[in-house]
Amino acid sequence: MSIFHPKGNWYRTPTGAERLWVGLALAWCLVMSVTMPWWHFQGKQNAPSETYQVEPADFIQRVNQFIETNQVGEMNNIPIVEPAPGGDAYLLGQMWEWYPVLKLKKDQTYRIHISSADLQHGFSLIPLNMNLHVLPGYDYVMTITPTTAGEFSIICNEFCGIGHHRMTGKIIVE
Amino acid sequence: MSTESTTISETDSSLVKSAAHRICDTTGLSIFTKAEFFVKVNAVLAVIFLLIGAVAAISLALTRWSNIMLLNDIWYYRMLTLHGVNMLVFWIIFFEMAILYFASTTLLNTKMFSKKLAHVSLALMAAGAILTNYIILDGRADVMLTSYPPLEAHPIFYLGIILFAVGALVVCFNFFATLYIAKKNKTYEGSMPLVTFGAATAAIIAVVALVHGAIALVPTFFWSMGWMEMMDPGVYRLFWWGLGHHSQQINVAAMVAVWYFVATMSTGAKPLNETVCRGAFILYILFINLAAAHHLLVDPGFSAEWKIWNTSYAMYLAVLASMIHGYTVPASMEVAMRRKGYTKGIFGWFAKLPWKDPGFSAVALSVIIFGFIGGITGVTLGTEQINIMAHNTLKIPGHFHATVVGGTTLAFMGLCYYLVPLIFQKDFYMKTLARIQPWLFGGGIVVMSLGMSFAGTYGVPRRTYDSDFSGANLETGFDPIAHFFLGVLGVGGVIAFIGLLLFIVLIVAAVFFGPSLKGKKMPTWQNDREQKMTDDLISRGYEEEGKDYEHVKTPGTIVLVLIFLLSFAIYYFANWAALTDLWHIS
Repeated sequence: MSIFHPKGNWYRTPTGAERLWVGLALAWCLVMSVTMPWWHFQGKQNAPSETYQVEPADFIQRVNQFIETNQVGEMNNIPIVEPAPGGDAYLLGQMWEWYPVLKLKKDQTYRIHISSADLQHGFSLIPLNMNLHVLPGYDYVMTITPTTAGEFSIICNEFCGIGHHRMTGKIIVE
Repeated sequence: MSTESTTISETDSSLVKSAAHRICDTTGLSIFTKAEFFVKVNAVLAVIFLLIGAVAAISLALTRWSNIMLLNDIWYYRMLTLHGVNMLVFWIIFFEMAILYFASTTLLNTKMFSKKLAHVSLALMAAGAILTNYIILDGRADVMLTSYPPLEAHPIFYLGIILFAVGALVVCFNFFATLYIAKKNKTYEGSMPLVTFGAATAAIIAVVALVHGAIALVPTFFWSMGWMEMMDPGVYRLFWWGLGHHSQQINVAAMVAVWYFVATMSTGAKPLNETVCRGAFILYILFINLAAAHHLLVDPGFSAEWKIWNTSYAMYLAVLASMIHGYTVPASMEVAMRRKGYTKGIFGWFAKLPWKDPGFSAVALSVIIFGFIGGITGVTLGTEQINIMAHNTLKIPGHFHATVVGGTTLAFMGLCYYLVPLIFQKDFYMKTLARIQPWLFGGGIVVMSLGMSFAGTYGVPRRTYDSDFSGANLETGFDPIAHFFLGVLGVGGVIAFIGLLLFIVLIVAAVFFGPSLKGKKMPTWQNDREQKMTDDLISRGYEEEGKDYEHVKTPGTIVLVLIFLLSFAIYYFANWAALTDLWHIS
């Protein structure tokens, strides 16, 4: 019984059905282990890992510079900015908005730098359901190719104070 | 067991004076009254904090149910903090401390190492829990369980958690010291029982978790006092999850130990193979460490190699351990049932399991919910690429409510149906309601978890008060189907809450007002004939079990685990298929 003490040498290699199940479970775990690195080389959706340290003030400056040179319009007092295809774009999370609105072209690749001016935020693109974590002090670079056109919303999915549930942004893809 | 007490007096006469113990009228085990006191106090405190967490829980479910929206935004975030801290920390860990006292003293037939230390730890843990609850309710710590900096709480929030953790660490030390003196005094022959081995696994992981917790929270406490610079938020997350994920693994190890305990008590089951069961516990200790990396899969600052390596080799070997227990627990029951003569067909034994015993049905549901919903979703969402679609969405609480609530909490409830008659020596009232309770609670949690998970597939975030984003500068919202699933979440939450209240009413009524069972055997939930067969299997223990035990076939369990493996593979690959719809990202 599991509440009594086994005496003597209880070491036995598993046999029969138990051995079969341990083998099957191990094999399945190995399949899952191999799938991630395989997708890393073959698949087109991988979590970005390019990161740089950045002071929030410096990042805000870069965002403003990016807006100055690339602004094409305005939406509810937030600048709409269109980066050059293949180029860098900047997105700032701050209490409580995603700034600015990005305008991208379908099937073009962009390097979008994301960081936070204050607390931790969660970048969540809906209705696609793409999610990344955003930290102050870290410039996180995602290399992204929009494959669908339309207007997409960015919401924040990490708690960042009482206004958290009103923190939204937009990405427009043409 | 009385012969073993004689052995103690021969080996160490000082023990007899201090070891005031009673013999359990049901199991024949020696119960040391000083340790028994701490089993009782920790279990009672656990249930009090469970109730606080539950009141917070129902207010949250009725807020996320978007047609109701019970709370305002401030109280939603406050109750969310209160709920997380009381459920994941105070309820579960107080209960685990009760398990540690029980598994060391009673199952090893020994006195406790130090009563003084036990009092110190109890005082620290109670003080920590009260301080933290006070400061949250006072509105000065709306920071969620994770308290990610630069989000800042009042210093008392961190101090309370630290005091509680130090108290828990002292209990672990007392536990290990008790194991040592039991071994030294030869209070038992052979190896320690599997349940104690599982409890020791939980205690070892607890020490590792608490060390990570100290690295994350002590500097954060100093920062909140203005004594230190803030910790780097990325580094904080690394260490905090060293605490957060390990804590869940303490729960898993303790839960599996409870599975084995209740399987024995309710069906007379015996582990098929000690080597396999113990090996699986060791896999938890060795490999769960770095698997905490799966919380950081879409964080900046870590390379893809680091994320993939840590989550593949470490996490999947720990998953292997759970898959092994998921077979050995039902298989041992199948063997026990077949030995009682229930040999008809593949599932004849399954129908004859003691379903009328709420302790058993709670544990059976715990195995099923933990495996089929919690395990499958957890492993899939913890895959580096798939996590892009899951991070911080409602899929995450959908997963962990199935593991921590449907798995651990339900198993602990099942254990309470044995703890009350055996340790508190009290009988239950309203036994029909007790039989329904695990189904009500487990069923509610399943409905709620599915509601959360499906809402999460539409991108609905966790920790967000208003899924309509009313008042946001740039308007947005979700598909109406997402709101339907938020309603499902709410309905499941209400059912689970009723099941939980019923549990508390039953336990409180029994512990404080129940008929005394002193000098009596625990009343059976099964009929007398079935109970006699179970008692017979239990009393034979290891003595009469020959090598033939392993040759009893387990065809029913094999079919069940193959269904499990198939479900796992389908869910896993369906998620990969959904991933291909995303934009290209790297």
